[in-house]
Order: sequence, then structure tokens, then C-alpha cells
Amino acid sequence: MKGLLGPWLVGLLSLMLSGALNGASPVQAEQFADAEMSSRYQALIAEFRCPKCLNTNLKGSDSPIAVDLRRAVARLLREGNSDQQVRDYLQARYGDFVLYNPPFKPSTYVLWLGPLVFLLIALFVVWRTVGRAKRAQVQTLDEAQLAKVLATTDARDQSPKQEPPAS
Amino acid sequence: MSRASLFVPLGLFLVIIGFGYAGFKLNDPHELPSALLNKPFPEFSAPRLADVGPDGATNAALVGREVLLGEPVLVNVWATWCPTCLAEHAELVRINREYGIRIVGLNYKDDALKAKAWLAQYGDPYALNLFDVDGAIGVELGVYGAPETFLLDAQGTIVYKRVGDVNPRIWRDELQPRLLQLEAMSAGVSP
Repeated sequence: MKGLLGPWLVGLLSLMLSGALNGASPVQAEQFADAEMSSRYQALIAEFRCPKCLNTNLKGSDSPIAVDLRRAVARLLREGNSDQQVRDYLQARYGDFVLYNPPFKPSTYVLWLGPLVFLLIALFVVWRTVGRAKRAQVQTLDEAQLAKVLATTDARDQSPKQEPPAS
Repeated sequence: MSRASLFVPLGLFLVIIGFGYAGFKLNDPHELPSALLNKPFPEFSAPRLADVGPDGATNAALVGREVLLGEPVLVNVWATWCPTCLAEHAELVRINREYGIRIVGLNYKDDALKAKAWLAQYGDPYALNLFDVDGAIGVELGVYGAPETFLLDAQGTIVYKRVGDVNPRIWRDELQPRLLQLEAMSAGVSP
């Protein structure tokens, strides 16, 4: 049984692996003679979000617009622009949408500060809960209070027992 | 546990409902706000579609940003491979015929022969068509699909951008009021 399944498993695994590799590298990648520029290019196209396909970066998409933008990034690098100039170029044309790392500004305050607000709420709740537990612990009874508690429990014990409802 | 804390789950529920309400009221997530709004239309250099021969080459001079200046203009990004462009085409023809608005086409990543045949078949509302064969002008404009339509004032500043089709509702609610405003402004300045 194991001997029969082996080749199937290997085939399936290699199929999955090749699929994963295809997904990671675009079909039409730009080529660079310069290795350093090539690595900058790879880093940049991984950094930007494809405008058409909501949850893919430029590197992982084969949509026509991603191909165009990769070409634009390659052109800008060949023209000697810095990484930051390439970022500014794309942001000026496609807006914050293409950035996976959005800037801190009024329209993104909720995005950046929201988690902090939730953390503060959580800390407040913890503080309240712990405080209440502490107060419950330190409640000690003096003689008079003890007697009072005992009296009420005695009284309750002496009250006539309720009959179970007749069935 | 105080009585008030019994309302915490209700409060959380209302917050979640609020997020859901806001989320579903959002526009199409595919619709990007234009980063170029209130900025000048970028410089470009492109052949006119009419000058492009069957081999894709052009002998005539290229045109630039100056063809968009002088009066308010609609710049419509379109292509024959785009079904929504066909859907909006009749509306562009109507706007041009009834209101005499200048419309400049940007034929985006298209085949020149097919584009010319399309204009012959469905009518040509465009004052001229720019031919952007590789989408380079599209990238300058932040275009990520077709159709897209830009409204420019007489100085070539982008006043409004529509991603998707221009339909009678968009014309009535978005384009026409802005055009009237632009005309009123230029009328106020010129005398």
C-alpha cells in the first residue's frame, strides 16, 4: 500500500510546490544586468499592492496593470532613481492604496491608534477587575459582624422548611 | 456585578453592527481615490489615434498636454477590449451631441485598427484620441483599468475622476454640476 502511494504523494507534492513557486514569481519579470539593482527591484515590487487585485502585491500579480507598474518601477530604477523616489512616484499616482505600509496622517489615525485604544480599554478592565478582587479579599469580620452573620444564618435554619411541590 | 455591566454585551453588539453598517456603506473597494485630484494633468507625448498606421507606426507629430487646455474637457480612458467602455459609449455620444462638451479619448493599451473600426461602428464623440499603446500615460495618470474619466478645467487641472462607466446618473449628479461651475468661474474671470 505504502509502495503504491509513494509515487502519487511525490507527484502531488511536486505539483503543489511548483504551484507555490509559480505564485511567488511573476511570469513577466524585468531583467537587470546589475545584481544590486535587481535585488532593489525585487524588494520594491514586493512592497507595493497591486491596484486592481486587492490582496496581492505587484510581485505576485500577473494582471496587466501590475505588469505595467513593474515596468515603470524598472524604468525608474534604470534612470537612477532612489527607492524612495520610486515610492513617491507610485504614491503620487495611485495614492496610499498601493502602500502596504500606510503613512501616519489624520485619515489613518484610527488605523494606527485603534489598537492602542483597545489596549488601554483592556488594561482598564484588568485594573478594575484586579482591584475588585483585592477589595473582596481584605474584607475581614469583627466579632459583632460575625455574630450578626451567624444570627441571620441561624434564623434562616429555623424557618420552616418548604415542602416539595406535590406532584 | 453592577446592573449597568449587564448592558456591556448589548454595547459590544451595537459596536459590531456599527462597523458592519459603515463597512457595507463603503463604496466599491476597487474604487481608489484619485491621488491626482486638484493636480495638473501630467505631461505626456503621444500620437493621435488617427495618425497611427496599420503597422502601429506613426509619421505625424506627437501631441502633448496643450491639446487639453483652453476649455473644460472630459478625458475618457477607453479600449475595445473593455465591455464597460461599450456600455458607456452611447452616453458619451449623447453628452457630446446635446451639450457640446469637448471629449478627448485616451485609447488605452489597444489595437489601433480595432479602435478605429469601433469609432466607425458606434460613433465618435471624441475631439481627438490619444493612442497609449503600452499604458505609459495610463501609469502617469494613475489609471488601473478602463473606463476611467477625468474632468479637467481650462487650465488642465484635474477636477474630478470617475472610475467606471459614465452613465446618465453620473452625468447629472457629478459631471454636469461641475462643468456648470467651471463655466461660471471662467465667465466670472474673463470679462
